[in-house]
This record gives sequence, C-alpha cells and structure tokens, in this order.
Amino acid sequence: MTDIVPDKESVPGATVALDEREFTIEARAQWKTIIRRFLRHRLAVVSLVLLVLITIWAFFGPIFWKYDYFSLNTKQKSLSPSWDHPFGTDDLGKDGFSRIMRGTQRSLEIAIIVSIITTLMGVTIGALAGFYRGWVDSILMRFTDLILVIPLLVLVAVLSAGVPKAPWYTIPVLLGIFGWPLMARIARGEFLSLREKEFVEAARALGVGNRRIIFKHILPNLAGPIIVNATLTVSGAILLETALTFLGLGIREPEVSLGLLIQKGLPAYSTRPWLFWFPAMAIVLVSLCVNFIGDGLRDAFDPKQNRVRA
Amino acid sequence: MSLLEVKNLCVSFPTEDGVVEAVRNVSFSVDRGDVLGIVGESGSGKSVTSMAVMGLLPRSARITGQVLYDGVDILKLEQKQRGAYRGNRMGMIFQDPMTSLNPVYTIGWQLSEAVRTHNNISKKAAKARAVELLALVGIPQSSKRVDAFPHEFSGGMRQRVMIAMAMANNPDLLIADEPTTALDVTVQAQILETLERIQAESGIGIILITHDLGVVAGMSDRMLVMYAGSVVEDGTVDEIFYEPRMPYTAGLLGAIPRAGAAGRLNQIKGTTPSLINLKPGCKFSGRCPLVVDVCQQTEPELVPTDQPAHLARCHRTKDLIGVDASAMFLQETAG
Repeated sequence: MTDIVPDKESVPGATVALDEREFTIEARAQWKTIIRRFLRHRLAVVSLVLLVLITIWAFFGPIFWKYDYFSLNTKQKSLSPSWDHPFGTDDLGKDGFSRIMRGTQRSLEIAIIVSIITTLMGVTIGALAGFYRGWVDSILMRFTDLILVIPLLVLVAVLSAGVPKAPWYTIPVLLGIFGWPLMARIARGEFLSLREKEFVEAARALGVGNRRIIFKHILPNLAGPIIVNATLTVSGAILLETALTFLGLGIREPEVSLGLLIQKGLPAYSTRPWLFWFPAMAIVLVSLCVNFIGDGLRDAFDPKQNRVRA
Repeated sequence: MSLLEVKNLCVSFPTEDGVVEAVRNVSFSVDRGDVLGIVGESGSGKSVTSMAVMGLLPRSARITGQVLYDGVDILKLEQKQRGAYRGNRMGMIFQDPMTSLNPVYTIGWQLSEAVRTHNNISKKAAKARAVELLALVGIPQSSKRVDAFPHEFSGGMRQRVMIAMAMANNPDLLIADEPTTALDVTVQAQILETLERIQAESGIGIILITHDLGVVAGMSDRMLVMYAGSVVEDGTVDEIFYEPRMPYTAGLLGAIPRAGAAGRLNQIKGTTPSLINLKPGCKFSGRCPLVVDVCQQTEPELVPTDQPAHLARCHRTKDLIGVDASAMFLQETAG
C-alpha cells in the first residue's frame, strides 16, 4: 500500500502538476475568518468607527480647541450652546465642549484601566483554578465568591473615601482589583474543559511543562471569550464610574469625567439642560458603541457561526 | 537488557466507591525494532499501562512496580528528570487526531515546539526540522504545508502530523494508543503503513495498543492480551492467533466477523467485571465456558504453556490444546 499522493522527495518525477494544483488554495488563517465575520456585523462596524472617531476627538480635540476645560471666564457664564461654545458653558464660564472632551477622555482611560486589571487578574486566577483543580480551585473560587458577594460600589466608595487626595486612577484601580470575579469564572470554566482536550495531553506527552501548557497551549484558545468579556467590561466600567462619581465618591474636581459632569449638570437640569444632556449623551453613545462592538466580537468568535462562510 | 522493561506494574485509583485496580501485575518488555501489540476490550487497562509508562497519569494514581527504560527505573525519577524522557526518548500518539492538535497554532509551530522543548536550537532550525518531519511521514509539499492550521488537514493527515511530532526527537520508543480507531479503513491502512515504514527506517520499538485484532496481526511480533487489568496471554502473534491457550483470547478471535458468514455475530456473553473490589479467582470465570470450581477460588498465574515463550493465565489451559476453543463460545450462544 502506498500513499495516495506520492511524496515528491521519495518519488522522483512525481506528478508535479497535481501537487501544484492542490496548493493554489490559500490557507485561510483563523484571524482572517474572525475579522470577516466581524465585518458582516454592520452595527458593530458602525460602532467601531464611531468609537474610534470619539476617541480621536476626545484625546486629540483639546489640542486644537480654543478653550481649555479648567479656565474660568466670568464674562461667559451659563451660556446656551452656540457656534462659539457648541455645548454651552457652565455657571463658572467653563467651556462645555472642552469639558466633555476631557471627560470622555478620562472615562475611556478609566474604563480601559479597569478592563486591563480585571482581565489580567481574572484570567490568571481562573486559569490557575481551572488548570490545577483540587484545593487550588477550592481556595481561589471561595475567594472569588467572597469578592462577588461584596457590593462593588459600596466597597470602592468606602476605600476611595479612605484615601485623601486620591489621584484619579485610584478609582479604576480599585474597580479593577475587585471587579475580576466574572472573568475568573469564565476563564476557569474554559480551562476546566480545555485541560481535558487531547492536544493538552499531547503537549504533556511531548514533555512540555505546566506553565507553558497554561500560557502557550491553553490560553490562546480563550482569546474569544477573553476579548469579548474585556470589551463588555469597558462599558460596565464607564457606567460604574459614572454611578460612583454621581454619588460624589468617584472622580473629584478639578479632574473631569463624564460622571462628574452629570453630577454638576443635574442641579441645573431645568434651567441649563445642556449641562446634563450633553455628557449624558456622551455616556450613552460610548457605552452603546462598546456593547455593540462586544456583540459583534462575540458573534465573530463563536464557532457556531460557521454556517455562513462568506 | 531490553529498551523498556515493565515489571509487576500495578496502578490503582482511589475513588469514592472504592479503589479501582486498573492495572494489576503487568510485566512485559520491548526492544528496539520490536512491535508489541496490546489488545483487550475497553477498560482492560491497556491505556492506563501506556500512560503509566509515559508518566501521564493523574497524581491521584497509585503506581507500584518498575518501569525500566534502558535500565533506569523511570517511576522513581523526579518530575524534572522524567520530563527529559517524555517526548524526547519516548513519543506517544493518541486515538483521536481531530483533537490532538492545538487549533490555534500552525502545524509548523506545534512540530517546532516538540523539537524546541528538548533541544536548544533556533526557531529557524526547528522549523526546518518540522518540514523534514512532515516529509518523513509522507505529507506532500511539506515546506508549504508546514504553515497550515490543523483544521486544513484531514484526519489521516493530522494523525501523520501526530506521528511526526512523536518522532521529532528521534525517540527509541513509540507508544501508539489506538492510532487508527478514529480513522476510516483506507486511511487506517495508510497510517499503519507509515508507522511500519518509520519503524523500518529508524528501528524504534513500538507499543501498539488497539482493540482491533487485525491491526495487531498485521503489525506486531509479540502481543499481550489484557483482561480486567491484567495480562491473560502473552506470546508471539502466530502462537496466539493459531493456538490460543486462554478461553478469553479464543472468544475474542471467534468474535471477529468473517465475510460471507451467515447468522448472528459470535460474542462473549456478559461484560467485564467492575475493577472495584475484585472478587478472588479468575476474573474471566463469570463468562468462561470452561469454568470449574477452582477458577472461582484462586486466580491462576501467568505461566508458560506447552510452548515455552507463550504464557497464559488459565487453570484449564491444557484443555485448550488442539481444540477449536472459539467453537465453545459458539455452542454457548447457540444454546
């Protein structure tokens, strides 16, 4: 019995034409498939474009805009929106447009810090628990349950109040440190099922060590759930920061975040509604965009979506 | 001294229901150039034996006995020293090639990983070796195929990749745990042919674990028949196939479906005993057509039969000489 397709090296003058014809089909890398599927999700693509534009506006807009976010101007107090001040001014004459740019920038930064910390902590803890099982799993998961039953908002509020003159990044760091349980559970579940896969056993049979199996062999298989969850954490973090700041426990002046702008704008809701509505819209817009992107990513990573192969 | 010598290997797993004695007192040896077949039905301890040799059993497993590799008892080695054997001096291929490769990496990455785990060489050199290995197992256009992902390969090609991976560091021993079970018959033949060719070229020893008697007959020199965790018959393929000295083996041979035979398939009545709280006596006595009182009281030893190199674990082995034992099962099922 011989091979169906003869090996070129072993059979001199083998059917070259057949071989070449077979390989005109280009390999479709997994990432290409994922990007293709994501692009089919129109709402997600629109959201991604919008979020990129908002991010550019928030981070680079202040360089070009004529007003800054902290200068007082008593001559221009409480102006309604105009060409000069598109989002109006507040009771101290600070320009609304530049304040929302700055607030969006801070809110995005906060969200990304929270997302990075929760992902790193959650994935590490979940991976260890799921991979080693046994007592490691028990200890880590009971610890996770403990964190999960403490109301995050109250905990962070209390802790941040305890730090006088806390810099702005105290809030996202605290939110991140206590916000990882969901990610840990997701990672643990994935690890529990992946560690039993034969390719893990095959790696073991090759003599690959545990650490390398965890990080090099199993972790990349979790890219989908991790990316999706990290994205959804971003929008969650924006809303959480808003809630905290709205309660007066989060970002404090002279720092600016979208939550802070809403808190400042609310008392003037009936007389100067623009102070409330513009930051509120910014929050809704950003978190909607992030959620739609998360949806699109989830669909793109879901292998069950394979049935439509464009 | 043999390449691999397993002496009195016992493996048990403590569970909530009791201790599962998965492997009891298994001994065998494999030399370079040998192909040892291990057959038995599901749960007979074939895979656990091979996992014990590879050191892949979970930590809860209690292992006793000796596994001598080139004279070194690898069961006594520290984890780290043990790792130097695994994948380097002995390789393993698994049953299901569809799940044995990591879906997120290219074939080349995975082969390089196998090489680089045990050799301190550059990525480029490892990649070159990967191409070489693919060619060795007969994958055409290996220099292009090396960058493909597992999902672009068929089951047979993936199993070839697994063989290439196991061969990456030129081991002396290859353990093939049901390498063809998940493949269809034509691909099965190609894989076996690849294994045979590699064995002929490199002169490695192979342990071939299967429940397909045809595969063993075609590939092996010696074979072990396992039942309920212990070896019940040990001999050359010819001896066992033509003159089985243990009723279980005879029953297995009689159960092979034959083309053209009419009627129902022959079978061995009953099921394998639970490996928890094993009763004394021969473990096959509950299903054996030749059972007598002594079978239920004491477990027979694995002793030489009328042929000196042919061992069987049966009190009534003498009664099988010159008898077509599979016919006994036939009468049983007919009656």
